[in-house]
Amino acid sequence: MEALININKLNLFYGAFHALKDVTLTIPEKAITAFIGPSGCGKSTLLRTLNRMNDMIPGTRIEGGLSIGGTEIYSNEVDVETLRKKVGMVFQQPNPFPKSIYDNIAYGPRLHGITSKKELDEIVETSLKSAVLWDEVKDHLKRSAFGLSGGQQQRLCIARALAVNPNILLMDEATSALDPISTLKIEELVQELKDRYTIVMVTHNMHQAARVSNQTVFFLNGEVIEYSDTEKLFSNPADQRTEDYISGRFG
Amino acid sequence: MPRQEALTVRQSQTESKQELYNFKNKRVSVMNKLMPVLLFLCASVSVLTTIGIVITLITETYQFFQKIPIFDFLFGTKWSPLIPPKSFGVLPLLSGTLMITFIACLVAIPIGLASAIYLSEYAPKKVRKVIKPILEVLAGVPTIVYGYFALSLITPLIQKVFDSAGVFNALSAGIVVGIMIIPMVCSLSEDAMSAVPRSLRDGAYALGATRLEVALRIVVPAAFSGIVASAVLAFSRAIGETMIVTVAAGSTPNMTVNPLDSIQTMTAYIVQVSLGDTPHGTVEYGSIFAVGMTLFVITFLLNILAQFIARKFREEY
Repeated sequence: MEALININKLNLFYGAFHALKDVTLTIPEKAITAFIGPSGCGKSTLLRTLNRMNDMIPGTRIEGGLSIGGTEIYSNEVDVETLRKKVGMVFQQPNPFPKSIYDNIAYGPRLHGITSKKELDEIVETSLKSAVLWDEVKDHLKRSAFGLSGGQQQRLCIARALAVNPNILLMDEATSALDPISTLKIEELVQELKDRYTIVMVTHNMHQAARVSNQTVFFLNGEVIEYSDTEKLFSNPADQRTEDYISGRFG
Repeated sequence: MPRQEALTVRQSQTESKQELYNFKNKRVSVMNKLMPVLLFLCASVSVLTTIGIVITLITETYQFFQKIPIFDFLFGTKWSPLIPPKSFGVLPLLSGTLMITFIACLVAIPIGLASAIYLSEYAPKKVRKVIKPILEVLAGVPTIVYGYFALSLITPLIQKVFDSAGVFNALSAGIVVGIMIIPMVCSLSEDAMSAVPRSLRDGAYALGATRLEVALRIVVPAAFSGIVASAVLAFSRAIGETMIVTVAAGSTPNMTVNPLDSIQTMTAYIVQVSLGDTPHGTVEYGSIFAVGMTLFVITFLLNILAQFIARKFREEY
């Protein structure tokens, strides 16, 4: 698998707080990479640097290299909106817009200038199909997205992210607010998506990382302790701290 | 004997238990009964006042319409209650009021909304901390001050641009009423926008939306009911505004669409009559109640309309 994202000695500060320390990491293309580690270890922070969502937090400072497909995303020439279009994101809590199901999906494409009804209809259908939600909602696309269950809302958010045709999909603990059955559905969905998208997921749930991902990265106190193939990391970790974490001795 | 002793000990134990579990407390129970009554009395002051005002309005208006036909009042185009030939057509006052309100809203809603968007979506925390209190001070300036601000600053400016503008004109008063209600529109809309959850904004940003797109296509629609409420409140505030229009808009009841003319609003007419020596019980005196009633009905309907719109366009989050 070819590396798509290269992170090189990345440091991130929230004011005086050193949140990421010398992170060096490569993330392979068209595969699932999972970030694991205890709360506050920096895994979500690193995820949010990949689409520059941290820019929104005042007092954030970043040093070091972070390139996607060879482009340094923190260089001045990068247009953040174009970057975010290519690097989609799904959040911990399902956050559909207070609009209809259709308008939720069409929001992104409309933002980027698609106005033709036919084209939008097509995008809505394919996105919902990709997110395995089409059969459940195809008869009431005009209904409010808030009428959907939590799991459906989260798949709607995935469909919404896919609708702008990204290459990378970031998932920030996307199943932690869901029940086990919805979680399972999303995990299956992610498996299907990895053939077409590069997926980076943060998860609190080690078993999920073990079940779903191809590569796993273990974080502790803002540092990357270890990363390797998921199978290897869980069966034969190189670092004692990884071993302690995955065997449940802390965290 | 030891048995006897044991019995007394047990008795005293039961006594102390009773004392221990004595939950009666006279002072507190009296307070508990009195407090709701006191609080209810305080609450009824405003309710009773409102009822009193409405009753007065209705009876006086009724008496007025015994003398002047309601049709002449509502559809008459000439308002001349003090100078003969007397005529009580409310439309000139109504048009004057609506013109002021329209100009005021034209000024206040765009500027207020734009400032609200700036404060809620763009301004750094520090800037917001400075601007919001200043806005609230602006809302606390006595309206008489605004009146002279209109008369001595805005009117001369308008006269420089438009030769035909009079010393008293609707445009100047309207603009200043607008400035007066900006803080209201801004503050209430900003509250509504700030209440839109962060997660919705994040969702839009993650799709590649710019700040402006997030503001206009996520935050404003989600806060729409609050924004409409603020606009309608501002509208009724502008309709009821008295001092600025009395000072700067003139006292010529005038059916005109030219904002450079002197006009008279309903409120300014009420001031004019109450300050003059119109005797109680006359038709002229009764007319201020009829005008007041008209004002009351308009504001009342507006508030209902606001609630309807707010409910219809509500986007729940």
